[in-house]
Amino acid sequence: MDIISLLADGFALSFQPLNILVLVLGVTAGLFIGAMPGLGSVNGVAILLPLTFIVPPSSAIIFLCALYYGAMYGGAVSSILLGIPGASTAVATTFDGRPMAQKGEAGLALIAAAVASFVGGTISVILFTLFAQPLAEAALAFGPAEEFALVLLAFTTFVGLGGDDVAKTVMMILLGLALSTVGLDQISGQPRLIFFDMPGFYSGISFLIIAIGVYGVGEVLATIEETRGNPKVTTARIGFRDLADGVRKLASTWRVMGFGSVLGFFVGMLPAAGATPASLMAYGLARQSSKTPEQFGKGAVEGVVAPETANNAASTGSLLPMLTLGIPGSPTTALLLGGMVMWGLMPGPMLFIEQPQFVWGLISSLYTANVVAVLVNLALIPLFVWALRMPFPILSGVVLVLCIVGGFAPDQRWHDVWLIAGFGIVAFLLRKADYPMAPLVLALVLGPLMEKSLRQALISAQGDVTTFVTRPISATLMAISAALFLAPFVRMMLRDRRAARPAE
Amino acid sequence: MRKAEIAAACGLMALAAFFMSYAVALPIGWQPGRGPGGGAFPFWLSVGMLITGAVILVQQAMPAAAARHKGRVYIDRQAVAQLVVVSASLLAAVALTPWLGVYITLPLFVLFHLRVVGRQRWTVIAPMVIGTPIVVFFFFEVTLKILMPKGVTEPLFLPLYAAFF
Amino acid sequence: MNNAMTRRQALAGAAAAAGLAAAGAPARAAGWAPNRPVEMVIMAGQGGGADRLARFFQTLIQQHNLSPMPMLPVNKGGGSGAEALRYLKDQEGNPHVIMATLNSLYTTPLQTDIGVDITEFTPLARMAVDTFALWVRTDSGIETLDDYIEAVKAADGSWRMGGTGSGQEDSLVTAILEQAFGIRHNYIPMGGGGDVARNLVGGHIESTVNNPSEALSFERAGRVRAIAAFTEERISVLPDTPTFTELGYPLLYDMQRSFIGPANMPAEAVAWYQEMFTALSQTPEWVAYAEENALVTDLLMGDDLMAYFVSERERHAELLSAMEA
Repeated sequence: MDIISLLADGFALSFQPLNILVLVLGVTAGLFIGAMPGLGSVNGVAILLPLTFIVPPSSAIIFLCALYYGAMYGGAVSSILLGIPGASTAVATTFDGRPMAQKGEAGLALIAAAVASFVGGTISVILFTLFAQPLAEAALAFGPAEEFALVLLAFTTFVGLGGDDVAKTVMMILLGLALSTVGLDQISGQPRLIFFDMPGFYSGISFLIIAIGVYGVGEVLATIEETRGNPKVTTARIGFRDLADGVRKLASTWRVMGFGSVLGFFVGMLPAAGATPASLMAYGLARQSSKTPEQFGKGAVEGVVAPETANNAASTGSLLPMLTLGIPGSPTTALLLGGMVMWGLMPGPMLFIEQPQFVWGLISSLYTANVVAVLVNLALIPLFVWALRMPFPILSGVVLVLCIVGGFAPDQRWHDVWLIAGFGIVAFLLRKADYPMAPLVLALVLGPLMEKSLRQALISAQGDVTTFVTRPISATLMAISAALFLAPFVRMMLRDRRAARPAE
Repeated sequence: MRKAEIAAACGLMALAAFFMSYAVALPIGWQPGRGPGGGAFPFWLSVGMLITGAVILVQQAMPAAAARHKGRVYIDRQAVAQLVVVSASLLAAVALTPWLGVYITLPLFVLFHLRVVGRQRWTVIAPMVIGTPIVVFFFFEVTLKILMPKGVTEPLFLPLYAAFF
Repeated sequence: MNNAMTRRQALAGAAAAAGLAAAGAPARAAGWAPNRPVEMVIMAGQGGGADRLARFFQTLIQQHNLSPMPMLPVNKGGGSGAEALRYLKDQEGNPHVIMATLNSLYTTPLQTDIGVDITEFTPLARMAVDTFALWVRTDSGIETLDDYIEAVKAADGSWRMGGTGSGQEDSLVTAILEQAFGIRHNYIPMGGGGDVARNLVGGHIESTVNNPSEALSFERAGRVRAIAAFTEERISVLPDTPTFTELGYPLLYDMQRSFIGPANMPAEAVAWYQEMFTALSQTPEWVAYAEENALVTDLLMGDDLMAYFVSERERHAELLSAMEA
């Protein structure tokens, strides 16, 4: 009862004309920033933070949250259209979004991404509204050992992602993990693997850089090779009737959506994780639980739906520890937190009590931001699809230019652009030799978190490895990942036995 | 195809050895009471890469591999020239930018890509070449306040800064 | 043929791009003022305490029109700031680059040889000094420093103290404690100050030496307690927490938040920045923010700031060598 009246007050605030205007502006700005390869919500929020001082704090946070949501939607756009992840959170969306676009189903993929984002966002805002405070306490139970177990779980959901060649998949995972150690050893504070003493390596190799190289430059080269320089133009086109059709087709994916939303919300809520691992886990689990796992990676619509519901759900989830505990779950929420502190609001356990108007205004604006974002996004889909009909040489030129400027923009380091170009070419050569690329990217995402949490847990247990199985949450997660890891083998054995029986 | 497989595996093994040579600068062993040292992760992961590379090489020596490669070529010969041109022009643009700035190298790259690689008509090329730097300037510099490298063209931008910032 | 054509067209394309800009010569005013956007390099990654503060300054500069050109924050947090220091070294004489620093200005070059001598840089202004306190969970039952010492001694080396990176400020403060009281902690590097505070509340570590700004919200919610402060006088937002000095142990440590420029920055530019930072330090928003976050805001500039840097570097060198011993 209490929640409803507080929420109603919140809606009254978020329906003020200024706030509606701010919402639409924020969502649109976020959509374009997110759609730009390389730039994601963190850059958008960092860049536009100073602008928010011209409006009252509640409008300012509504603007930034709208931007955050818009960027989540936008990230999928370039993943699908260009095959370059628009933001780190949209890496998993390229796995199936790009193949769909190549099959001429770009419109459906974009609709799927938009609708999935909406569903994910909405379900997790509802969870947020109902359970914000008790869940925040639960998030605190996650220490280094639990984080490690979670990362391991994320890994096992991906077993066999790259296809059949086990040795090559293992090779790419190891390469990704090794590359993720470049830069600084967080535990001892010592620099390591600073190749040729180049200062650019101090900040490590961001997986976003690798993803842009692999999926941007590498993809352009692969297309040139496959088509001998004369590729066909995609004939995708889309009208408003197709939009309605697409939305109807998605109804069958409700299971994946529901699961992705809940998973995304909970993973996003954990302070160390965030939207990127959430989307990768949702993708892996959707693939494992699918009746047609072989369709994944070749343009399965579930492969777009799962990561997109999860990443939007996670972005809402990560607001939870930020607001209730004052602990940011991701770099973006860290900046939002900084903004709130500047406005004189102290996020933390007291915020809900001292500033209820602000908190509930924010929560209600998450509902409205979601509605605005899905509408703006759906309205723009015909435009995006139209852009795809550019002749390949023009499209590839645009992609390569975007790789250069988009790779430079986030950290303004030319060194990264070199890495993009170099890795793009090497990735193309490796891909032609049947090395899968998704495990490499996955390993780069999870590697730093895995090493850090493993070593922190060991230090805090004074070198005792049993810490992972004696702590209940960690042990549970470990057991689930062991079960997931063994599931394919068990299934294979069962199938063999069943196949063998009639022969007896 | 077989040669390419062997080359890729050897390349990755060489990379692993290279990583290991850097990783040994920090302790790679198990430190009592504190778990693995700072160099342990990169070092042992690279060892894993070496072993996996060896496994791949052994697989190539098996007769099964030859059957799998039958009828497959590594990279289509007809496409090689174009692939080299595209890669080289991209690397050249990246290499020249710190000196010439993106506002010279990007239009040049677009021009080269569309004309030489894409064989497009001038009516298509001209707006792309002119439009690229304008879009980059207004989107990144004016709207997002992200400065692009300008190299020697820096002084030319002072009046633009004065006008737009 | 084709080639020559391309080259000519290429030149035309370049001229078109440059033509946009060729309209006027750079204007020269009497005094120096930035005529292009100023890069504000931040020695830490996005979202950390140093980053948030630098972005806050940027906002205030913009809001109060303190600079004719925008200050654009760029994060170069790689290698605990090693990347930023190397970058600044390569910008010698450039008046359009400034850097927001923290204590890794000393600790990073002291720990690893990165070929940077911080005394070559141009000191601009020390805006603030952040304070440190010793924190425990409220339900730990520890209320005084004596309780704490006793508990740590009883744990015999298994007492988990969380902090930022090894060799960074939190580990130095821990080392100061260990030296003063002859105790041993199991120091766990956690990364950022926010992670440290969360792990303390979640029970994954037993104590921290957080900045008050990082732990204050939990303190007000009654989850954590400050045992003592590493300051000379009591911290204004923690009026009931004694200082170590009061308790008879003169233990002091603080975190500086200063701006520096590259080596050989022109004198007129230095004067302009100093004027700007002075104006910045008087804005009401900054005064209020510093008050709420327990920052000490004695402005320090020029030679005084360099003298401060040198003496602090000396002190950190001693602390680090004592830690290794």
